[in-house]
Amino acid sequence: MSDNARNIDQIIAMCGREEAAAIPILQAIQHDYGFISKEQMKEVCSKTDIKENRLFGIATFYSQFKLTPSGENLIRICKGTACHVRGADNLIDVISEELGIGIGETTADNKFTLETVACLGCCSLAPAIMINNEVYGKLTADKLRGILNEF
Amino acid sequence: MNSKLPQSVLLKVGMGTCGIAAGARAIYDKLEEQVKNFQNIEIDYTSCNGFCHLEPLIETIIKGKTLLLANLSAEQIPFLLENLTNKKLLSSKVLVIEKDKKLKGQNRIVLENCGIINPDKLNDYLEKDGYVALKKVLNNISPEEVIENIKKSGLRGRGGAGFSTGIKWDLARKAQSEQKYVICNADEGDPGAFMDRAVMEGDPHRVIEGLIICGYAIGASKGYIYCRAEYPLAIMRLRKAIIDAKESNLLGENVLNSGFGFEIIIKEGAGAFVCGEETALIASVEGQRGMPRIKPPFPATKGLWEKPTNINNVETLANIPWIIRKGADSFSALGTEKSPGTKVFSLAGKIKNAGLIEIEMGVSLRDIIYGIGGGSSTNKEVKAVQLGGPSGGCIPAEMFDTLVDYESLMSTGAIVGSGGMVAVDEDTCMVDLAKYFLQFIQSESCGKCTFCRIGTKRMLEILTRMTEGKSNMEELNKLRALAQNIGVASLCALGKTAPNPVMTTLRYFESEYLEHINEKKCSTGVCKALVIYTIDEQKCIGCTKCAKNCPVDTISGSLKKPHYIHQEKCIKCGNCEKVCPVGAVSKL
Ligand SMILES: Cc1cc2nc3c(=O)[nH]c(=O)nc-3n(C[C@H](O)[C@H](O)[C@H](O)COP(=O)(O)O)c2cc1C
Ligand code: FES
Repeated sequence: MSDNARNIDQIIAMCGREEAAAIPILQAIQHDYGFISKEQMKEVCSKTDIKENRLFGIATFYSQFKLTPSGENLIRICKGTACHVRGADNLIDVISEELGIGIGETTADNKFTLETVACLGCCSLAPAIMINNEVYGKLTADKLRGILNEF
Repeated sequence: MNSKLPQSVLLKVGMGTCGIAAGARAIYDKLEEQVKNFQNIEIDYTSCNGFCHLEPLIETIIKGKTLLLANLSAEQIPFLLENLTNKKLLSSKVLVIEKDKKLKGQNRIVLENCGIINPDKLNDYLEKDGYVALKKVLNNISPEEVIENIKKSGLRGRGGAGFSTGIKWDLARKAQSEQKYVICNADEGDPGAFMDRAVMEGDPHRVIEGLIICGYAIGASKGYIYCRAEYPLAIMRLRKAIIDAKESNLLGENVLNSGFGFEIIIKEGAGAFVCGEETALIASVEGQRGMPRIKPPFPATKGLWEKPTNINNVETLANIPWIIRKGADSFSALGTEKSPGTKVFSLAGKIKNAGLIEIEMGVSLRDIIYGIGGGSSTNKEVKAVQLGGPSGGCIPAEMFDTLVDYESLMSTGAIVGSGGMVAVDEDTCMVDLAKYFLQFIQSESCGKCTFCRIGTKRMLEILTRMTEGKSNMEELNKLRALAQNIGVASLCALGKTAPNPVMTTLRYFESEYLEHINEKKCSTGVCKALVIYTIDEQKCIGCTKCAKNCPVDTISGSLKKPHYIHQEKCIKCGNCEKVCPVGAVSKL
C-alpha cells in the first residue's frame, strides 16, 4: 500500500461512476494498494453504476489486476521472444534458487513476488527484467544476483 | 577549467527506457555533478536513437561531426569532459563512433527526431518543424484534401495488417455522425518489438500531431491513446506533451484559433495482448473485458460507443506530419510501388547491433541482418529471423534475399507485422520456438472461439510432447491439421494467425521436428528433457563436486574415482556440468 493511498470515494471522484470507469478505478486501487480486495470491489459497485459481476469479470480478465497482495517488491521477468532466445528461463532458475520462489509466488518475508511479463520493450538489452518500475537489461546470473542483493 | 573549447558543446544522454536500463541515469548524474567545473559544456537528455547496443551513450556534435560516445560508464565521465575536443585521446579510453557511419543503409522519417531532441521540450520539436503540418492543414487544407493526400502517399497501416490509411480515413470521414473518435493504438503487444515505445518516448509530439490531423480529417473532436501499462515512461512523456500542447493552444477547444476543437485522453492498458486488436481495444476503452467482436461493422462505421471511429497504429500516425510537410509524392517516391515509405524495425535476439532501425521498404533481409545488424552476436551463425511475433513466421537464412515489403514477406509465410525482428542462431531450437509462441497465444487467447481456445491448447500439448521425446509422426499430421483448422475457424486475427509460427518452422525446419520425433534428440540442447548428461571417465578426477551438487542424488562414485550419472533419476538441471572443474561433464 502506498503511503498516500486514496480511499474508494476519492478514487471514484477521480475516475467517474459510469461503466467505462471500471478499468481506471481498478487501476487506481491496484496502484495504491498493490491488489484489489473483494470488499473494495463491493464498495465500488455500491457507489457506482458498475455491476458486481461485470467488475469481477474485468478484474479477472486483465493480467495487471491482482486479487491477492504481492510482496513489497514485484519482480517481473520478461518472457518476450528476444528474452526467451537469450535465456530468460535461466534467470527464472536463478531467482528460484536465490529466493526460493517460483512464478506467481511471494517470499515468506513478503519481500519479493515473482511474475512474468510478455515483453518490456527493452528487447535489445535482452534478457531483461523489471523490478517495480525499473527495467534492468543485459542480465547474467551474476548481475541478477547482485541486483537482488541491493534490495 | 576547460578553456580549450571554442564553442559550447552540448552533450545529450540517451534516456529512453533502454538507455536507463543500461545505466544512463548514473551517467547523467555524474555529468551533472562534474559539468560545473567546465565552461562551455552543456548537458541535456534525449531518448533512444536506436543504437541500443551502444547504450549507455552520449550524442554530441564536435567540430561539425555528430559523434556517439558509447558503452559509457560513470567513471569515464571526468576523463571524457577533460578531453572532449581531443578525439584521439578520447577514443583511447572511450568508444567514439561517427553517427553517419552507423546510419548507413537507413532512411529516417519516423525516427528523424528520436535521440536528437529532448522529448520533454515542446520547443525542441517546434525547432524541427514540429506542428508545421498541423498549421498548414488548419490554415488551408480541407479535410477531404488531407485524405486525398494520404491516399496519394500510399501509406499503409504499420500496425500489422497493412491496410491503406487514406481509404480508412475516408470511410470514417463519410460515416454520418455528430460524434466521432480517433484512437492511437499504442498497445504494442508483440513480444520482441519496441518501435512504438521508442517513438512515444523519443518524439511524443509527433504522435500527437498525427492524431490531431487525423481527427481533423475525419471530423472527430476527441482522441484516445491506448498505451500498454508496461511502458510507464512513454505514458509519462505523452502526458507531459499533452499538457504542453494544450498550453500552447495546439490542443483544446479552439486549436490555433482555427475553430477546430480537439482533446486527447490517455488510456492505460491492463496487460492483455488481445487488446491490441481494434475491436477488443474499443471494448477495453469502454470499460469491458477486451474481447474482439465480428467485423463488419467496422470501427469506421460503428466503433467506440457505437460511433464512427478511426484506429491507427503509433508509427502510422507518426508518418502523417512528414507526409503533409513534404508532400505525398516525396513519400511515395520512397520504398516500393506497393509498399511505399519506410518501416521501423526493432532488431533483437542473437544480433550484434540490436536496436531500432528505419529502412525504406524493399531492402533485403540480408542487408538488414548483416549490413545494418552486423550479423550474429554469438560465435554461431544466424539461422533464421522471426518477424511479426506470434502472428508471424520464421524465415531461414537461405532466404535472406527476400525483400522486406508486404507482398514479398507474405509469400514466405511470414509478415511485415508490426516490425519486431528477432534473429536466432544455431543454438536456438525451432521446435522450442514454435512451442514458445503457442504458449504465448494460449495464455493470451480471450477464450471466445473454441478453435483458438482449445485448438491452440492441443497444438501446445503436441509440441510439448515433441520437446520431451514423447511424440510420433501421427501427431505431426494432427499438428498440421489443427493449424489449418484454427486458421479458418477463429474470429479475430489472434487465432487466425496463431498457427503461423508452427507452419513456418515446419516448412523451413522440418528436419528439426523429425529429429525430435524420431531420434528423440534436440541437437541444440535447448529441450532439456532430451538432453543426456554424461561424465567422461578419462577426464573425471573424482572430486565428488558433481555428486554433492546433484539435487536428486543420481550421481555415484567415490573420491578420486570416475563418477557416473544414473539416467533414470536425472532431472537435467545441468548442475553437474556447471560445477565440474575439469569439464568432464558433457551434454549429448
Ligand atoms: C491479436 C492482435 C493484436 C494486435 N496488436 C496490435 C498492436 O499492439 N498495435 C497495433 O497498432 N495494432 C495491433 N493490431 C492490429 C489492429 O487490430 C489494427 O489493425 C491496427 O491498430 C490498425 O492500425 P493501422 O491501420 O495504422 O495499422 C493487433 C491485431 C490483433 C489481431
Ligand atoms: S522480449 Fe524481453 S524486453 Fe522484449
